[in-house]
Amino acid sequence: MKNIDSHGHVRGESIYLDDIPVRHGTLYGWVFSSSVAHGKILNLDVSEALAFPGVHAVLTAADIPGINQIGGIIPDEPLFAEGEVHFWGQPVALVLAESELIAQEASHKIMLEVQKLPVITEPREARKAGKLIMPPRTFKLGETSVAFNSCKHIIEGIAENGGQEHLYIETQGAYAYPKENGNIYIASSTQGPTAVQRHAAVVLGVGMHQIEVDVMRLGGGFGGKEDQATPWGIMAGLGAFLTKRAVKLSLHRLEDMKMTGKRHPYSSDFKIGLDENYKILAYEVTFHQNAGAAADLSPAVLERTLFHCTNTYFIPNVTATAYSCKTNLPPNTAFRGFGGPQGMFVIESAINKAAEVLGVEASVIQKANLLKENNLFPYGQRTEGCEALNCWQTAEQHFDIEKLKKEVAEFNQNNTQFKKGISFMPICFGISFTKTAMNQARALVHIYQDGSVGVSTGAVEMGQAVNTKMLQVAAKTLGIHPNRVRIETTNTTRVANTSPSAASATADLNGKAVHMACENLLARLTGQIKAQFQAEEADEVKIENEAISINGKPIDLTWEKLVFSTYWSRLSLSENAHYATPDIHFDPQVESGWPFAYHVYGTAITTVTVDCLRGTYDFDSVKIAHDFGSSMNTMVDRGQIEGGLVQGIGWMTLEELIYNADGRLVSNALSTYKVPDIYSVPKEIDIHFMDTPGSKNAIFGSKAVGEPPLMYGIGAFFAIRNAIKAFRPEARPDFIAPMTPEKVLMNLYPDFA
Amino acid sequence: MTRFILNDQEVSTDIKAGTTVLDFVRYNQHLKGTKIGCREGDCGACTVLVGSLENGKLAYKSVTSCLMPLGNAAGKHLVTIEGLNLKELSPVQQNIVNEGGTQCGFCTVGFVVSLTGYCMQPEKAYYPKAIAAMDGNICRCTGYKSLERAATNLVNQLSEKNTEATFDWLIENNFLPAYFKTVPEKLKNLQVKINHEDNQEEPYDFFISGGTDLLVQKPELVGKSAVKTSLPHPELKGISRNGDTIVLGGGTTVEEMRQHPEIKALFPELYAHLKLVSSTQVRNMGTLAGNFANASPIGDLTIFFLVLNSTLILKKGESRREILLKDLYLSYKTLAKEKEELIEQISFKVPAASSLFNFEKISKRMHLDIASVNSAIQLKEENNLIQEANVSAGGVGPIPFYLTKTSEFLKGKTIAAETIKQANEIAQAEINPISDARGTAQYKRLLFRQLLYAHFLKFFPDQLTLAQLV
Repeated sequence: MKNIDSHGHVRGESIYLDDIPVRHGTLYGWVFSSSVAHGKILNLDVSEALAFPGVHAVLTAADIPGINQIGGIIPDEPLFAEGEVHFWGQPVALVLAESELIAQEASHKIMLEVQKLPVITEPREARKAGKLIMPPRTFKLGETSVAFNSCKHIIEGIAENGGQEHLYIETQGAYAYPKENGNIYIASSTQGPTAVQRHAAVVLGVGMHQIEVDVMRLGGGFGGKEDQATPWGIMAGLGAFLTKRAVKLSLHRLEDMKMTGKRHPYSSDFKIGLDENYKILAYEVTFHQNAGAAADLSPAVLERTLFHCTNTYFIPNVTATAYSCKTNLPPNTAFRGFGGPQGMFVIESAINKAAEVLGVEASVIQKANLLKENNLFPYGQRTEGCEALNCWQTAEQHFDIEKLKKEVAEFNQNNTQFKKGISFMPICFGISFTKTAMNQARALVHIYQDGSVGVSTGAVEMGQAVNTKMLQVAAKTLGIHPNRVRIETTNTTRVANTSPSAASATADLNGKAVHMACENLLARLTGQIKAQFQAEEADEVKIENEAISINGKPIDLTWEKLVFSTYWSRLSLSENAHYATPDIHFDPQVESGWPFAYHVYGTAITTVTVDCLRGTYDFDSVKIAHDFGSSMNTMVDRGQIEGGLVQGIGWMTLEELIYNADGRLVSNALSTYKVPDIYSVPKEIDIHFMDTPGSKNAIFGSKAVGEPPLMYGIGAFFAIRNAIKAFRPEARPDFIAPMTPEKVLMNLYPDFA
Repeated sequence: MTRFILNDQEVSTDIKAGTTVLDFVRYNQHLKGTKIGCREGDCGACTVLVGSLENGKLAYKSVTSCLMPLGNAAGKHLVTIEGLNLKELSPVQQNIVNEGGTQCGFCTVGFVVSLTGYCMQPEKAYYPKAIAAMDGNICRCTGYKSLERAATNLVNQLSEKNTEATFDWLIENNFLPAYFKTVPEKLKNLQVKINHEDNQEEPYDFFISGGTDLLVQKPELVGKSAVKTSLPHPELKGISRNGDTIVLGGGTTVEEMRQHPEIKALFPELYAHLKLVSSTQVRNMGTLAGNFANASPIGDLTIFFLVLNSTLILKKGESRREILLKDLYLSYKTLAKEKEELIEQISFKVPAASSLFNFEKISKRMHLDIASVNSAIQLKEENNLIQEANVSAGGVGPIPFYLTKTSEFLKGKTIAAETIKQANEIAQAEINPISDARGTAQYKRLLFRQLLYAHFLKFFPDQLTLAQLV
């Protein structure tokens, strides 16, 4: 089934935040932010801005009726800076005016006097200075200190990854207006409507029941609108609350890039020990996460780094410690993969370094250590339905790896200016929010008396086609044509206390809830049929493809008639179902439990060609064997793999966030921060859909697909690295991503001075 | 008063000429299909089509509406997605739907408009060109593969296209609404109206040529200032040959130059080189004069024209003077030109048939990116002897740089690895790159060396090898 939104998308008729028709008297917001990364606020004077013609209000911390606090996990982040500023781009005030241009111009009249304090941008420096978001955490399996004694080879090193700007093409924004009795409606471009509602209530000093948050769809999120859509939603809500006017806030790209957090950069130390058969016996790793100036989601991201620190390998002895380091960058946040990619990059670096030292291909070590059934992860869970080796072997066979390797070797033999590199990237990604309590969802399903169906869930549509999947679940479960079903906006008054659309789990959690609600409705409808046709209790009633049968015999009853008669019998045609993932738990006190509903596996083989004269590269192909379970929508799932992979390649290659020593983002626009364009993606992306058993916790056995493919992109780094070594065999490029054309050229010609 | 056709309606507006077409269509005309992604021409979400009569024939170009001043729409046909929608999906739209080429949908309209613009070109469909039409559109969701599949199907469907009557065929085959039939007539009538209007010269703060950098740098200022746009000045357009001199109007766009038969004949590879300059949408607006006057140290066009020893004609009122392009740049963004002087023309002598030309550009991303370092070279060589050499480079100093000493050095030398290495030594003393978002100074020095070597390796593959040079 095609994405149900695609018709509106190609016609430009889909409605995004900035497309909502504005109400009469709407005020437009412009956020005034700090131009100092760290300092003490000596004076804040907004009087000139307030006097600017067309300006209606300038809101600062002093205007907040409730509490100036938006921290989700740790209450350490104000909506508007108060007392101190902690990052360049931290919001200080909101100007509300008759037009955006007026608000923007007036914002230049705000006087902010700041006494500068030392700026820290590097996580290790923050750790040295004792600036941590929270105490460090350690995951432990076996005893590494003992195990290293029995290792034949021990290799140590450093791995670092850069951050990544989400670059959702639709920038952050919100549109709020007052309803009667001090209630506020907020249309928000958020992945987490409940987060906006909860924090807006705190800031406004009202109950959550007074705030209604509605989400139509997002023009991309990727994690960047999980927590970080919240401030803009609150600001619009606060403006509407205080001015009694509708307030619109839609960030310009430069403002968005300056003020919002990104994927976390990490700097990590590793030590890996192997026996003579390339079995990894011990692995020690210390992660330094660059959290930015406030906790945001960093503690949860850090946790997932630890969960994925061994990627898809079984290592009997592991000690993994992670520090969340507080720096003066914008608070870094969720981004597809959520710390997992950072953890995997380090173990892959360790394996590649070990392979170099031992003189074997990295794939030899990778393959020798893949997870098997009933293996223990460093957090207490065991593998169930492990597909690691199956994916690897399928990739080798299906894509004829021997032929591929031979082609690369021959090419390198015959060319001096151009060199090819090849890499394997196997993945294993856990599905569930690692905070167990968040693994719950609700669905509200109405069958209207004409037989049409409305479905509300907590899922937010942001391009991942979750609405399409919800519609499939409802139509299939009820046995009716999909065009009878409509998926409603995500709204906190219809579905309350939602978890954000994140962790790849949205379709599973909300889909299960839709399924349950529809099953309950079906039971009621079945009862109605039995009553109407005087069937026995044991008779089997079925509704399939709009045809109704009893014990396999079609009966003379249409869906419409059935629905209306049920309504006329005074039975409810609405259901509200609640789903909570069974059997999962995790105890952070002992760092052990069973946090994941299941794992997703896969293996990618990446081939790249490097121009060793110019330092540029082109990806020839990425060939992927992926564990889909039984995909409920192959077109959507293929799109997730292709898009996730390319985003991962971007992170590993072109996408380079540059902050200067003052903490100012230098790559602050699309002209300086480059994401993949149509020419920089692999010429070929070949996805082999493996028909695997799936999991009972996956909706219709169709495994989660949002985040896992991003990590295939890590293979790009190592493929380029191998190509560099084909040109200069003694090259040992640092394990520092991204591998920009600059790094490639500098590694090809290290002697240039 | 600016008059133009917007989709199927004639529009006249008093809104300031420096307002972007994007803001006009979204917030004045409430046509919300055109999206705002970056406001700097780097994402393509706001792509619209601009139509006009060229030699009596209807022709459309795609542009990023965030960088198009409204004044430059005068007399044109502006087409947004609303002006392309039919009752049923067009083949462009249907192919994107069929292949899953839209996810969040925010960039999608830009792709639809770019591809539709491609369909409108009166030429046989060719897959690489369909892809090229999307070179200014960024999608963060799909990874582009589904869009490539959509383009493949589209090109197949276009194989039947009648290039003699492109618009009739497109209308018959549901690519375009029927009102496109009436557009040529409407444009003619519109021009008559415009010609009858009193076009007084009024004082202005900015003279905008293409606007593709000015509207990135100072959109708010331009929006509220009195601006004069280049559009009503046909004398600034055109490429002609006068004896052994090629003359280009300052208002010539990069794409017009790229497509011009005379230029193609003189510099066969320039078509490919200029593909590395920004995107289709921006090349359709950005002009030569704008590139020169902007004085970016990495201006691609400037680097090209420097090695041709080009001359500019500067015009102020009715007075004109000549200046060599390489003498235009005094220091960073400082020109040997008064503010009121317009760059009316650029000219250069047709290079000898035996002369060699090459352009190299390396940026973080190969396409739609600004160079870390770019370089051009023109060489006259006979019997292994360099008779004349002109070398330029961008990103290696505060101005687009003509390497006088290096060029001098090469003259009279024979082609040999040692010569080229010495040339690099001299060049390294001439250049002075700084570290910035496009690379460290050290990288830019190395990269320049590599590009210098690349020039010679391309010219003399039989005499030189990479191994000899590095």
